[in-house]
Amino acid sequence: MNATFKIWRGDANNGAFREYTTEISEGMVVLDAVHDIQRTQATDLACRWNCKAGKCGSCSAEVNGMPKLMCMTRMSDLPLDRPITIEPIKAFPVLKDLITDVSWNFQVKKKIKPFKPRPPDAPDGTWRMQQEDIDRVQEFRKCIECFLCQDVCHVLRDHQMHDRFIGPRFLIYAAALEMHPLDTEDRVEELREAHGIGYCNITKCCTKVCPEEIQITDNGIIPLKERVVDDYYDPLGWIWRGRKKRVKG
Amino acid sequence: MAEYETFEHDVLVIGAGGAGLRAAIEASAAGVSVGLVCKSLLGKAHTVMAEGGIAAALANVDDRDNWKVHFADTMRGGQYVNNWRMAELHAKEAPDRVRELEAWGAVFDRTKDGRILQRNFGGHKYPRLAHVGDRTGLEMIRTLQDHGVHQGIDVHMERTILTLLKQDGRIVGAFGYDRERGRFLVFRAKAIVLATGGIGRAYKITSNSWEYTGDGHALGYRAGAELIDMEFVQFHPTGMVWPPSVCGILVTEGVRGEGGTLTNKEGRRFMFDSVPENYRAQTADNEEEGWLYCQGDKNARRPPELLTRDHIARCIVREIKEGRGSPHGGVFLDIAWIGKKIPNAAEHIKKKLPSMYHQFKQLADIDITEEPMEVGPTTHYMMGGIRVDSDTQMSRVPGLFAAGECAAGINGANRLGGNSLSDLLVFGKRAGEFAAKFAKENQHGAINTTEIENVAREALRPFEQREGENPYTLQGDLQETMQDNVGIVRTEAEMKSQLEHLRKLWEQASRVGVSGNREFNPGWHTALDLKNLLTVSEAITRAALERKESRGAQFREDYPEKDERFAKVNTIISQAADGSIQVRLEPVPEMPDYLKTIIEEMK
Ligand SMILES: Cc1cc2nc3c(=O)[nH]c(=O)nc-3n(C[C@H](O)[C@H](O)[C@H](O)COP(=O)(O)OP(=O)(O)OC[C@H]3O[C@@H](n4cnc5c(N)ncnc54)[C@H](O)[C@@H]3O)c2cc1C
Ligand code: SF4
Ligand code: SF4
Ligand code: FES
Repeated sequence: MNATFKIWRGDANNGAFREYTTEISEGMVVLDAVHDIQRTQATDLACRWNCKAGKCGSCSAEVNGMPKLMCMTRMSDLPLDRPITIEPIKAFPVLKDLITDVSWNFQVKKKIKPFKPRPPDAPDGTWRMQQEDIDRVQEFRKCIECFLCQDVCHVLRDHQMHDRFIGPRFLIYAAALEMHPLDTEDRVEELREAHGIGYCNITKCCTKVCPEEIQITDNGIIPLKERVVDDYYDPLGWIWRGRKKRVKG
Repeated sequence: MAEYETFEHDVLVIGAGGAGLRAAIEASAAGVSVGLVCKSLLGKAHTVMAEGGIAAALANVDDRDNWKVHFADTMRGGQYVNNWRMAELHAKEAPDRVRELEAWGAVFDRTKDGRILQRNFGGHKYPRLAHVGDRTGLEMIRTLQDHGVHQGIDVHMERTILTLLKQDGRIVGAFGYDRERGRFLVFRAKAIVLATGGIGRAYKITSNSWEYTGDGHALGYRAGAELIDMEFVQFHPTGMVWPPSVCGILVTEGVRGEGGTLTNKEGRRFMFDSVPENYRAQTADNEEEGWLYCQGDKNARRPPELLTRDHIARCIVREIKEGRGSPHGGVFLDIAWIGKKIPNAAEHIKKKLPSMYHQFKQLADIDITEEPMEVGPTTHYMMGGIRVDSDTQMSRVPGLFAAGECAAGINGANRLGGNSLSDLLVFGKRAGEFAAKFAKENQHGAINTTEIENVAREALRPFEQREGENPYTLQGDLQETMQDNVGIVRTEAEMKSQLEHLRKLWEQASRVGVSGNREFNPGWHTALDLKNLLTVSEAITRAALERKESRGAQFREDYPEKDERFAKVNTIISQAADGSIQVRLEPVPEMPDYLKTIIEEMK
């Protein structure tokens, strides 16, 4: 069976959808089709990929307008009676074809205060943590940095507030650090000021597209927001912040 | 005149997987300036895909474990052609390297008393793999990456190195291009660490990504380093076989570590019929004992599904060849059966093997908590690579270091699962340390612009012959023929014919043509990678021809047994003055008595 694709081709200056037709076999995913087209019809078609198994977060794109990992999107789940559109994600500038300049994300991460553990618990330099105390942090650490959540967040996508808001990916990154049982750093002020947590109005669009099914809003952003509020408007919070270290986890 | 931008670092690390990141962190900590180059975005290197865990004798789960047992397991798994000194350092230092990750923020699964949990894996006597579900590699690379970006390392993402630059025999820099715009770049460096990973793209069925074109192997070889053990390509026994588009994607050994069984279409656990002599004493002889082992019973011996990968892969090939395979040409791997043994098995499976659950559900419509998977061998890991000094990781080229999968020695004829991630940490650290030391003791050298001109001209040639050979077709041809002729089962006749074929491919590759321009052009990138793939393919084939026996990952149908004459030799590949490829055999250095004693004691 054949399927028709409309793939966005172009660069930062201009571009357009171009149509390609390729054969579909059992079990095929969108990335396979893109590779087939690349092999035979458009050798210079640019796309990123690595693992082909949803583990690296390289192959993000918008398939029929939905933010997806191309390697985990089955052809059999798409209607084949009309062309399937594939285009680059929208929250970041296009470089070429399906590739965008995501370097902003790497700069943002660098600005978040790094992990700072408490002194080891045992003389051999190790720590003790209970599994139930790290379940939440492990959930956040499943993030494969596909940036699909950044793509759908209206604060970045529509309002382009990249200079004031770090986006859902980095809010859960900060949450993972803040809720890490060993961490002693305080990121509350930077979350409120530089990282703009207040711009998130809990639309939950990010959670809906996360391929790792991380509960970005409910488990990450909302508890973080509560912390920010507590620390700023609750006198006890002031004292805690001054003294550091509130109980984590 | 080719235009290029120039960067200057004391130490340049090529590759940002576990080995490269660990090396960069260490070099930077030693106070030198460090540049880190990688072909993909930061955090997307192969290391991110590792699933099962990091092997280290922490003894958190079984206190009988220690470095000596780990050392003996590694040597046994490698059939004693390993570099014993590397195996020793690795076993001794891995625990500290894992604990260090925790200090940098990694969050491993825990034991009941709050320590790092360890799981069973093939060839490891005790539960030894520190892990996070089945996404250990993600945890490791993210920890190193997030720690590393605060250490003042200059990261150059999406840039490919084409050649290493030398002056008077020593390394002085590297030349490459940025993928985004296709512009040329020169990196001046006093020392270089190669950490480029493996070669899996030389084969058709593989768990490896587009990045694994053997760049570091080929760069090192052309710069004068030697390659060792190149015949030993690991075919992992369990890759997905169906549907065709996912064929080769890895199914972690962790499935078997959690109690998964291998059966043929008759429902027989065929691994019980094929336990090699030197593993018999440590292997369960009935199903119940095997299950008890997976449940942590210290008196039980491990099930035969946890024998080494080389052996299991061959047994699977045998089952399939003899007509006992599964419908799509594999065998069955069943974890769902543990439902008969434990309550809430489905939940347990999803918790311990979440990405396997996800992968099968989404890509193959199979619920692994209810049905068996179909699996078959897939090209997975390269034991062979750049020959380095065991303690410093320096190759025979002054200033050129190598670590991780592109370096060789520690694994011998077969790598144990989990020993790669630990290898990256142990030897990545060492490479970084000694590269920094070298950089402090040496000055920058001069860059030979004529050489750069030549490489640049060659790199741009595909644009001048647009109607030339299609790079993807050539790559596909290479993969298909390597799979058929130098795969799991090898013969002299097939390998000789492959050498002929490689000659033809080399010739075609010189006529490769691409369309479009230099900006992010995968066709062009594929064309440029061909040379490296051809170099490593030829090295593998020649080394495999030279070893006229079957050992570890190398199985020769024409020499199906182990042969004493090859028991203590390594194959060494180097480039002759006329540019041709040379193979020779060299004896494995004599093991010191204290290590011999350990091996005897652990038998
Ligand atoms: C699916 C899968 C599961 C695995 N599971 C496990 C496991 O559970 N336990 C275990 O121990 N091992 C496992 N392995 C093996 C292990 O993951 C790899 O051997 C290891 O990650 C290799 O790390 P590395 O640092 O050597 O290279 P990589 O992580 O592959 O990094 C290579 C780097 O080099 C860069 N590079 C390559 N060529 C160039 C060039 N020309 N110019 C610039 N940069 C270049 C790449 O871009 C990349 O950044 C697994 C492997 C796979 C594929
Ligand atoms: S919930 Fe917040 S972070 Fe997520 S998409 Fe909505 S506004 Fe953005
Ligand atoms: S949180 Fe989810 S959607 Fe966002 S980058 Fe991570 S994996 Fe992708
Ligand atoms: S290729 Fe890795 S997530 Fe798609």
